[in-house]
Amino acid sequence: MNMLLRLLTSSLGKKFLMAVTGAGLFLFVIGHLLGNLQIFLGPEAVNRYGHFLQTTPEILWPARVGLLAFVIIHIWTSISLTLENRAARAARYDVKEVVAATLASRTMIWSGLIIVAFVAFHLAHYTLLIVHPEFRDLHDANGWHDIYRMMVLGFSNYWVSGFYVLGIGLLSIHLSHGASAMFQSLGLKNEAYTCAIDGFARVAAVIIFLGYISIPLAVLAGVVK
Amino acid sequence: MNVKLRVWRQRDAGTPGRFETYEAKDINPNMSFLEMLDVVNEDLTRRGREPITFDHDCREGICGMCSCVINGEPHGPENKVATCQTYMRSFRDGETITVEPFRARAFPLIKDLIVNRSAFDRVIQAGGFVSVSTGSAPDGNAILVPKQNADLAMDAAACIGCGACVAACKNASAMLFVAAKVSHLNLLPQGRPEKEKRVLAMVQQMDEEGFGACTVTGSCEAVCPKGISLNFIAKMNRDYFGALLGVGGKKANTLTGA
Amino acid sequence: MKLDAKIPLGPLTSKWDKHKTAIRLVNPSNKRKYEIIVVGTGLAGASAAASLAELGYNVKSFCIQDSPRRAHSVAAQGGINAAKNYQNDGDSVYRLFYDTIKGGDFRSREANVHRLAEVSVNIIDQCVAQGVPFAREYSGYLTNRSFGGAQVSRTFYARGQTGQQLLLGAYQALMRQVGLGQVTLFPRMEMLELVVVNGHAKGIVVRDMVTGAISSHSADAVVLATGGYGNTYYLSTYGRGSNATAIWRAYKKGALFANPCFTQIHPTCIPVSGDYQSKLTLMSESLRNDGRVWVPKKKGDKRSPAEIPEDDRDYYLERKYPSYGNLAPRDISSRAAKQVCDEGRGVGETGLGVYLDFSDAIKRLGRSNIEERYGNLFDMYHEITHEDAYQTPMRIFPAIHYMMGGLWVDYNLMSNLPGLYVIGEANFSDHGANRLGASALMQGLADGYFVLPYTIGDYLATQKPGSRPKPDAGEFKQAEQETNDRVEKLLAVHGKKTVTEFHKQLGRILWEHCGMARTEKSLKEALALIPPLREEFWKNVNVPGEGEELNQSLERAGRVADYLELAELIVYDALMRDESCGCHFREEHQTPDGECQRNDEQYAYVAAWEFTGVGKTPILNKEPLVYEEVHLAQRSYK
Repeated sequence: MNMLLRLLTSSLGKKFLMAVTGAGLFLFVIGHLLGNLQIFLGPEAVNRYGHFLQTTPEILWPARVGLLAFVIIHIWTSISLTLENRAARAARYDVKEVVAATLASRTMIWSGLIIVAFVAFHLAHYTLLIVHPEFRDLHDANGWHDIYRMMVLGFSNYWVSGFYVLGIGLLSIHLSHGASAMFQSLGLKNEAYTCAIDGFARVAAVIIFLGYISIPLAVLAGVVK
Repeated sequence: MNVKLRVWRQRDAGTPGRFETYEAKDINPNMSFLEMLDVVNEDLTRRGREPITFDHDCREGICGMCSCVINGEPHGPENKVATCQTYMRSFRDGETITVEPFRARAFPLIKDLIVNRSAFDRVIQAGGFVSVSTGSAPDGNAILVPKQNADLAMDAAACIGCGACVAACKNASAMLFVAAKVSHLNLLPQGRPEKEKRVLAMVQQMDEEGFGACTVTGSCEAVCPKGISLNFIAKMNRDYFGALLGVGGKKANTLTGA
Repeated sequence: MKLDAKIPLGPLTSKWDKHKTAIRLVNPSNKRKYEIIVVGTGLAGASAAASLAELGYNVKSFCIQDSPRRAHSVAAQGGINAAKNYQNDGDSVYRLFYDTIKGGDFRSREANVHRLAEVSVNIIDQCVAQGVPFAREYSGYLTNRSFGGAQVSRTFYARGQTGQQLLLGAYQALMRQVGLGQVTLFPRMEMLELVVVNGHAKGIVVRDMVTGAISSHSADAVVLATGGYGNTYYLSTYGRGSNATAIWRAYKKGALFANPCFTQIHPTCIPVSGDYQSKLTLMSESLRNDGRVWVPKKKGDKRSPAEIPEDDRDYYLERKYPSYGNLAPRDISSRAAKQVCDEGRGVGETGLGVYLDFSDAIKRLGRSNIEERYGNLFDMYHEITHEDAYQTPMRIFPAIHYMMGGLWVDYNLMSNLPGLYVIGEANFSDHGANRLGASALMQGLADGYFVLPYTIGDYLATQKPGSRPKPDAGEFKQAEQETNDRVEKLLAVHGKKTVTEFHKQLGRILWEHCGMARTEKSLKEALALIPPLREEFWKNVNVPGEGEELNQSLERAGRVADYLELAELIVYDALMRDESCGCHFREEHQTPDGECQRNDEQYAYVAAWEFTGVGKTPILNKEPLVYEEVHLAQRSYK
């Protein structure tokens, strides 16, 4: 069997793909956070960032295509593995004590699927502008797309912010396990690093959570307006 | 002490099973769990009923024959012991104890609490050995093994092949078992020449047997009677991708090195 | 019957080499035309099946467990001896040979033991190559520990799990051959009959333990590697499934049973705590390397061990055997423990126990060193007794552990039935009247890896390829019928007593009358007690369930039925052997200081018993033990 076939069909191969794409998406989540946090630097900074991306298709489109591919592979492997895993435990236990496994580790498929729904809404909201087509006409003094205004307007809605916080919460739970499990699946864990990697994943998850929700909270609190 | 048992009874794989309830009275807390079952079975036999069928042999935690999921935990509530080394002092007087077989598609049920674990044998057949025929070995000290490697290999080799890892895993994954054997042999110089072939073949067999994949929940490590570390799974993953991508391996089977 | 041990002529040290070159061979293209049945997958069975398959024979491997890896060899803890002399402490093949002969109290066959010592070095090499993770020095070299009955360090070990690791090595070799299609595996199959065709062993009848189906398998030769029969005593360190059925049925088909009364009682087991107890757990003898055995000097001293000052302690092994001390051989240590307990100085609730104390060793080496050496044993002790042996001494007591007796075999490991080979603990050959620690693993693997693969060819070369009978031949049908009849008979009794009750009762009779110490009176009493119990069994046993299903009560009933016959043979042998030797201690024959008094003039022979019918006195055949090299001496470990 050749390498590609093993990668696509074996359980370890699929876990490998899941981990690699997971790692890529994790980096995107960090990058996206850093971009968004520029809102605290004022309208000019965040709008310039947006303008830069929108006017640099040679970065934007490969990134978009790449992300989409990663998302598709990540979801395909997770669904495929989940189905296999379900089949592997045909009969259920009558009494099942949870041993050692964290809630996050046991619910990856569910947190993942809800995140997909969240991301779909998020894209419709801020990228595709389907929810608010009028956001397209917001421009600042420089003539750039006024992302700052768009974010403030968007997050002023309690429902939108609430769903956002929930989505980010699930994402953080997902990453608290995923960001350490990916090291395991890639074979990068060992006795010396296990503690550090697990700790890293938890801290990263908390930072991501706090970082992202700081924006809607700041908008709702009137700090950013 | 007295306990109530809810035990899974199933005549064979083709007949539906059910729980039956038994009273175990005047149990000495220093009895092992299996000795308690012996006492219950003696009583059932005397009353003309069929005793509970369960696997067991050495009763000192090394053969890996005993199984059972006790109150939802493979090998019962204590850490790092097999069912045969679980003592009644670990339970409360008057407690209801639920006893089920290991449940996994790759471990088909035979009767009551007995399952068929020969899938493990087939995984070993795929590559869990060093291909050395009797008589061809050099002197024992001709192969030096750094103590750290020997110790680590021994940690992995301590696996008793009981299948508790599979029973505990929500995915019925056999990764800990397979990783333990792959790591044991791949860590040693004797096992190196077949390192890539071994890990690829054993993982393939593991998948074919219908075990699930690893979600890194850590349940397997927690219930393992020998405390085999989750890190061996990482090591197996490393070996697997090494073999797949040809990194660090000796892919010298063709002139081009492909 | 005239017994020919087929010991090669010539000097002791070159017998095996010479024999190997003189022995008949089967050419490689003919090997694949032969089928060999190997029953049992412990160290001997697995190593033999794998090695025979490597040679090109077609092998069928049977075991009663769900996987070959679970055979009870797995439970051996301490280590395996080999005359490597890596420690430069004066070890040699001769020394290992002599220690084994002397340890066996001069009741083993010289030539076999010498061969065992010779191949011991190859075993270590083979196991290392297989990936057995033996203990190492930081330099990467193999390390050793010392063991009872030897004054050199020649024991190789893998933590406290040496048996497990060696078995996994053999199991892996076996699995490799299964993968290659050279071995067919039959797990959960119990051999219930040996099939003899024209005087040659040509097959077996087995019961599928899952479906209950009875079937026949024919072969060109049959190898029994089914272990010892210590479970006859009910409580022992054996696995619960270990049984005597395979060798017993072979005995009833004409194979001779040699030295059945040679029962090893291991000195360091965890004492019995209650009537419910199903088995005894061994603490590796290697503990005696660093532990010191003692009891209070005063009778009935009920103080806790910590409260008993040094002056009130009797380190009786060190006192009685200053040069070997705590490392005195097993039989001697066990008897010494029995003696102090008989004197009322035993410890623990039952008074049947002695202390094994590590406080000095912990002081000398530090706790971490002791943990490294024995950690898993201390853990195991804690699990069972709920006591911390780092803080308070362990309590230990002797328990049935190994049977030196077994089916009689010649130098080629073939029984008196042509085509029937018996290896490992199932045969009688190498340990005489007492086995030294770390020698069982050595013998099992020697037989399987390095002896049988040579010697079986000598027999097969006389059998025309393809001449084996078909499994539907008349002899097979008849054996199947006998097997079915016995199963039906057991199920038809519908009595009142459980199998376990009979087994416990039998065990008590044997332990009390034919245990660590035996007398003519006790043995005669046993002979009066066993036959009625056997009769009662067949009238009053209660075996629930059916034959055509997985039925553990039925499995046990068949085995206990055999024990009830075998026990009688054990006692016959013990009564006949009117001397003390090794583990066989007849109180009538002891030296003034309570040691074994051998009678070499009358009893320097192997007692090989021949079946004449259940309840009938068996015929005694004698194989004289001729010592060409060794001078018979009073064993001394002082």
